[in-house]
Amino acid sequence: MATQQIFSPLPGIFYRKPAPDKPVYKADGDVITEDDTIGLIEVMKSFNEVKAGAAGKILRFLAENEEAVMAGQPIAEIDV
Amino acid sequence: MTIKKLLIANRGEIAVRINRAARELGIATVQVYSKADKDSLAVKLADESVEIGPPQASKSYLDQAKILAAAESTGADAIHPGYGFLAENAEFAAAVEVAGLIFVGPTAHAIRLMGDKVAAREAAASAGVPTVPGSEGRLESPEAAFALVEKTGFPVMIKAAAGGGGRGIRIARTVEEFHHLMPQAQAEALAAFGDGGLYVEKLVEGARHIEVQVLGDGKDVIHCFERECSLQRRRQKVWEEAPSPSLTPAVREQLCASAVALAKAVNYRGAGTLEYLYDDRTGAFYFLEMNTRIQVEHPVTEMVTGIDLVREMIRIAGGEPLSIRQDEVRVSGHSIEVRINAEDPAKSFMPNPGTVSALAIPSSDGVRFDSMLYAGYTVPPFYDSLLGKLIVHAEDRASAIRRLEGALAELTIEGLATTKPLHQALARDPDVRAGRFHTAWLEPWLASHAKAAPSVP
Repeated sequence: MATQQIFSPLPGIFYRKPAPDKPVYKADGDVITEDDTIGLIEVMKSFNEVKAGAAGKILRFLAENEEAVMAGQPIAEIDV
Repeated sequence: MTIKKLLIANRGEIAVRINRAARELGIATVQVYSKADKDSLAVKLADESVEIGPPQASKSYLDQAKILAAAESTGADAIHPGYGFLAENAEFAAAVEVAGLIFVGPTAHAIRLMGDKVAAREAAASAGVPTVPGSEGRLESPEAAFALVEKTGFPVMIKAAAGGGGRGIRIARTVEEFHHLMPQAQAEALAAFGDGGLYVEKLVEGARHIEVQVLGDGKDVIHCFERECSLQRRRQKVWEEAPSPSLTPAVREQLCASAVALAKAVNYRGAGTLEYLYDDRTGAFYFLEMNTRIQVEHPVTEMVTGIDLVREMIRIAGGEPLSIRQDEVRVSGHSIEVRINAEDPAKSFMPNPGTVSALAIPSSDGVRFDSMLYAGYTVPPFYDSLLGKLIVHAEDRASAIRRLEGALAELTIEGLATTKPLHQALARDPDVRAGRFHTAWLEPWLASHAKAAPSVP
């Protein structure tokens, strides 16, 4: 078991939900696969999915819903 | 002029534009900004600036309480909302007036009326302004729908009353198709939305987008002629011009008169734009909606009429009457504006924020660049992608296009991809040069050019 981080691929606003009235994509403790979407980044009014990029279990989110993030900023920590 | 200090509740190129206009009127400026816009050109230009929150627009540029608090703490006596954000928010316009300040724009009542599609359509009809023929409300039976299309003619769009975003739309081109599609549409609407109500509207195919600029002082209204903005991608205008290359003088006169009639009917105050669909094969035009604010593409009107629309709207807000009479408004030459966005046309217009490593702006007669850029500026990712607008003016349309090509060649923005190559390709295109286009022209053009030369749109 090793801890790994998922980084934001783009600068923008990070969302954990597909829409304000929908549940979060993933919660702390969820088991994920490489292709799972863990959030959205809004860049200049266009929405881009953030893929997990690795399989494992989410330990915790490091970025909050609607937080402004930079490209390369860690947004979640996973156990792979 | 009763306005002494103007707060600018916006960002980007329009905030720069308003700062400059205020300065020319001898008015001090207060620029509000989000944390992400601390280094913006508008903040540098303003006499004072106030941070109003984090990058997210919902917590800064859309936060009415913070903007009003900034006005109070700086002693501003007026607020200019620019475009977007709170510009067409009737509650905000009312709140500004309740706070004892001047809202640079129309009354909350006019914003509310024109913001409501049904009310705006009714106001247009009673002012004698044509709207797209169709059912005034929902149609419950195929018989009622058929009675209507006998009047409108074909083709028609059948829309589910409860639908939205293009869902459940069918197009009927003949009576047979209509009879075939109508029950289907009704059944589908009932299944999909639990509501079988339908609307029917005439489909205006190959229509152009033409809009009329108006200025009102609450009593009198004048028009400043039209702009054509038919080149659009995903309903976003990319290239705008004045005058329209497709209007005949007779239609232009009717169109502009209709815009004045409607604006007068609502005692319009400030700068506004009435948008129309125009069918150049029949000469028919149909009112779509009114935008109760300054528009992105206002400079092309300024270039051909010599009227400074932003200064004029601030003067009017300060209580002055219109400074120009209708018979003094004349069109001279032709102007084109192209939107320079931080989007990569070679990569499906992917947004492309970043740092401007080098910047060269063309400067010659008849060339204007309204922009928020400076060398070394980092374009934040949190707002729309508009970086600036390159505007040219020349004696006629062909000369304006040649001037545009020269200005685009000189414009250098390094460090991030922009839509400049798109405009260079459009300026070379024979259809664009001939003014042969409509609102559904650009997207297929982009698709075919992407196939032919993936790297050059």
